[in-house]
Amino acid sequence: MYALVALGFVLIYKASGVFNFAQGAMVYLAALSVVGCMEQGAPLWLAIILAFVIMTLFGIATEKFVLRKLVNQPPITLFMATIGLAFFHRRLGADRVRQPATCPGSRHRRRADRGHSRFVEHGDFQVRLGRGRSGGPAGDYASAVLPVHPDRPSLRAVADDHQAALSIGIPLQHIWAIVWGIAGFVALVAGMMWGARNGVQYALTFTALKALPVLIIGGFTSVPGAIVGGLIIGASEKLAEIYLPPVMQSMFGGNFGGIEGWFPYVLALFFLLVRPEGLFGEKHIDRV
Amino acid sequence: MATQTVAAPAAEHYLTINNIEVIYDHVILVLKGVSLDVPKGKIVALLGANGAGKTTTLKAISNLLHAERGDVTKGSVEFKGSRVDQLTPNELVKRGVIQVMEGRHCFGHLTIEENLLTGAYTRSISRSALKENLEKVYHYFPRLKTRRGSQAGYTSGGEQQMCVIGRALMAKPEMILLDEPSMGLAPQIVEEIFEIVRDLNSQENVSFLLAEQNTMMALRYADFGYILENGRVVMEGGAEDLRSNEDVKEFYLGISSSGRKSFKDIKHYRRRKRWLS
Repeated sequence: MYALVALGFVLIYKASGVFNFAQGAMVYLAALSVVGCMEQGAPLWLAIILAFVIMTLFGIATEKFVLRKLVNQPPITLFMATIGLAFFHRRLGADRVRQPATCPGSRHRRRADRGHSRFVEHGDFQVRLGRGRSGGPAGDYASAVLPVHPDRPSLRAVADDHQAALSIGIPLQHIWAIVWGIAGFVALVAGMMWGARNGVQYALTFTALKALPVLIIGGFTSVPGAIVGGLIIGASEKLAEIYLPPVMQSMFGGNFGGIEGWFPYVLALFFLLVRPEGLFGEKHIDRV
Repeated sequence: MATQTVAAPAAEHYLTINNIEVIYDHVILVLKGVSLDVPKGKIVALLGANGAGKTTTLKAISNLLHAERGDVTKGSVEFKGSRVDQLTPNELVKRGVIQVMEGRHCFGHLTIEENLLTGAYTRSISRSALKENLEKVYHYFPRLKTRRGSQAGYTSGGEQQMCVIGRALMAKPEMILLDEPSMGLAPQIVEEIFEIVRDLNSQENVSFLLAEQNTMMALRYADFGYILENGRVVMEGGAEDLRSNEDVKEFYLGISSSGRKSFKDIKHYRRRKRWLS
């Protein structure tokens, strides 16, 4: 599941060389669109299709209105743009359920939760989601249906050097639109799965934070890395939650709980020290 | 304003740039009416000092200017009789005009071979044709073949330069806009690269528009030359004529008829007169 969110990051990172801060917000928005559509009385499949259309349109719009202006700008500019996008998505998500964006609580959560409960009713779908929880099969699926395969040289070329990619005739705009569209799709799947478990709420945007250690462990540029990293984080944080507290208690005394919350970050920190590019990441090239 | 009556070196119009003006960021006027002509199958050198507008001219042709907030505000660019100034770089590459950018923009994380393969992005060709094309590039750049598996970021400067030219070749261009291939390379490598450019020109019939600082070297391999200064063409002519021209000798090669001179004795008046004419 973490893997799915991380997958979205990886895709964007590969295609533009920046960390997409808006991915968490996209997950939120995607989940809300599904719930929103269902509130309007659409059946689940239709809601999913509609949400998919919405996310794809978003990807295209993002390219058209944000990224196109930023070709060949330093990565930090793109990065800031994604932060801006994150706020935009969040606000938009909030407005969709007619809720002032300033208080991400009460009413819209209630409405969203109502949608959520209806969402959960679809038991059969739930089972399938449950099986996909590890993120493995879903991740494989995502990378199988991508129109631009993430390991195609052209995509990696774009990440390496925007302008050179342009100069040899790679249509940067199309590639970005496609990648953002796919990232939207991945966000949709992730959003539905998280939503089915925890309810669709504002806190979904923070799943993005959990994806960070996943990325660090798996490597920023690797799709399998994101999946493996997701598995490692998911499994290790649960194990740590169960086995670490007694150990730590005997060592330092006191009461330890909520290890699940910070353990992934410590693990990521450790990985940064040992293998900064992650398990499957690309090495940074330096010429001496 | 200097108006150039285009003394087209050849009758056939191939790539024609007609009085273009380029402005960066809506304020910085870089090209003030540049016209030039590249005949089919020739090598044309575009010479000039730093900041004269060589790179900008090339980017104006290849339409990479937009990525740098530049705009062609006047004039037109024609390739084989049709205007190309509004095309995207992608469409332009499909028509056979490709730019090799200054400063060796390899894709550092890809291997040399992958770099070359990305060059064929715009062409939908069979695997065997692709392979054939690759072999052809290796034929011209034997050095690349020995380094085919190494990441481009780790290869030497000369190899990277060859890699980007080879990459451009993979798009099967008719016209290559080559921006400063000699930058930061040893003279011997530069010579090697220029030899290959000449081979490509004569055997593959690829036309070149070559922006260079290295005036002597460029004029030795080119057929025609244009000299840019402050965004204007101040001189043009056959490569031989330019090489023997007293002014060129003095301003760009540092040789004058009366032996070496001190910098303060340089003839300023002639330059100024040229601008005003």
